[in-house]
Amino acid sequence: MPRTSLEIAIIDYDMGNVKSIENAIKHICNYSIVVTADHDRIRQADALILPGVGAYRDAMEHLRKRNLIDILNDEALNKKKIILGICLGMQMLFESSEEGGLNKGLGWIPGTVERLNPGGDLRVPHMGWNNIEIAGEPPLLAGLGEEKDFYFVHSYHANCPAEFVTSRFEYGQHYTASVAKGNIMGAQFHPEKSQGNGFTLLRNFVAIVEEAKKGA
Amino acid sequence: MLTKRVIVCLDVRAGQVTKGVKFQGNVDLGDPVEYARRYYEQGVDELVFYDITASAEQRSLFIDVVERVAAEIFIPFSVGGGIRDVDTMRTVLLAGAEKVSVNSPAVRNPEIITAGAEAFGAQCIVVGMDAQKVETTKAIPSGYEIVIDGGRTPTGQDALAWAIEAESRGAGEICLNAIDTDGVKQGYELTITRMVSDAVGIPVIASGGGGTPQHLIDAVTTGGADAALIASMVHYGDYTVGSIKADMAQAGVPIR
Repeated sequence: MPRTSLEIAIIDYDMGNVKSIENAIKHICNYSIVVTADHDRIRQADALILPGVGAYRDAMEHLRKRNLIDILNDEALNKKKIILGICLGMQMLFESSEEGGLNKGLGWIPGTVERLNPGGDLRVPHMGWNNIEIAGEPPLLAGLGEEKDFYFVHSYHANCPAEFVTSRFEYGQHYTASVAKGNIMGAQFHPEKSQGNGFTLLRNFVAIVEEAKKGA
Repeated sequence: MLTKRVIVCLDVRAGQVTKGVKFQGNVDLGDPVEYARRYYEQGVDELVFYDITASAEQRSLFIDVVERVAAEIFIPFSVGGGIRDVDTMRTVLLAGAEKVSVNSPAVRNPEIITAGAEAFGAQCIVVGMDAQKVETTKAIPSGYEIVIDGGRTPTGQDALAWAIEAESRGAGEICLNAIDTDGVKQGYELTITRMVSDAVGIPVIASGGGGTPQHLIDAVTTGGADAALIASMVHYGDYTVGSIKADMAQAGVPIR
């Protein structure tokens, strides 16, 4: 691992495959990447990634068991550390989810997570490559190619106020594809599995972290 | 819009890509990571790695392949073969696979589907099934029977009923392989593909028989599938993934 000036911590809380996120970030930059649940490492990191595959209730429970919720709240809300939630990790940024009964989330962005109901003969899970429609000029989505396809696999979506939505995807109706609220960002899709567009997003993320560090 | 997926399946034996015809007479083709990279660069939407050996020694070679693929190939891929329980699922998911495909063990013990979905989420669990055309009977009203153990063992179980049960037990996707058409490049078995696609609400992958781009077009239109799985038509260089997808797009199929 090269000694460099930035460290990105991927939160390790036993919710699915963090390896591919680590692999993808290593592919696009030389910064230090750690996969950790260690409180000090999380506090020291310049940016955090909250991954997640699996069920909402389990995910919140796993964060709780590792005493990560207070630390993440402090990092996100007080220290304004750059945080990216991916897939279930994005859904956890919201107030609650109806998956497996009503479960409380981190509540950093107003909104709720609800079951996809695309209608017609459209299937759930929503699985595969779907293009996104960008709202405004979110820095995380700068410089994407003409075809803005990302890989999605999920059965729930975030229902939140339009001011936090940075892109949408169409699947029977329009759903939230990505969100941002200041230092807190989220993607419903998997940038680490979205080939070229995914790399562009991750490079943007790293650039945002560099900017934040410079300004600090 | 969600695009239809083209999925390339790589059968892996002793760390090498191999391809057989109707489950017999395999030929080794080369390094799975090299193959994966070629298809990745051609724009394949997803990959499947199928471990066609089961010996413990070769199993570790296979896991090594999965880890190498995850480090170099940044699209989703699933792993099948040798998936027997939650522990074998966990091993390949931690090695970097997005999904696991479980076939014969799920028929023998359907509980494995539910256990996997609860442990990793339904989207991780693909139920693979091999269907064979038979006479329609009371026990097999669809006229397609589930066969297991690589096509060797008939089960007396109806393929359509099994697909519906797999969904209700928590499968996130079905990979429907037609034994009669597998490896012979004469087109997918559209009848059972359509039946299953109409009957379930989860994505369905058509498998077995892809030989020309038109076959894939038929699978996702007439067959109603969400994805089509191919192997020999690209392994031997008859087509590239790019040329297949271009033909599909030309025919009006939404394609990445």
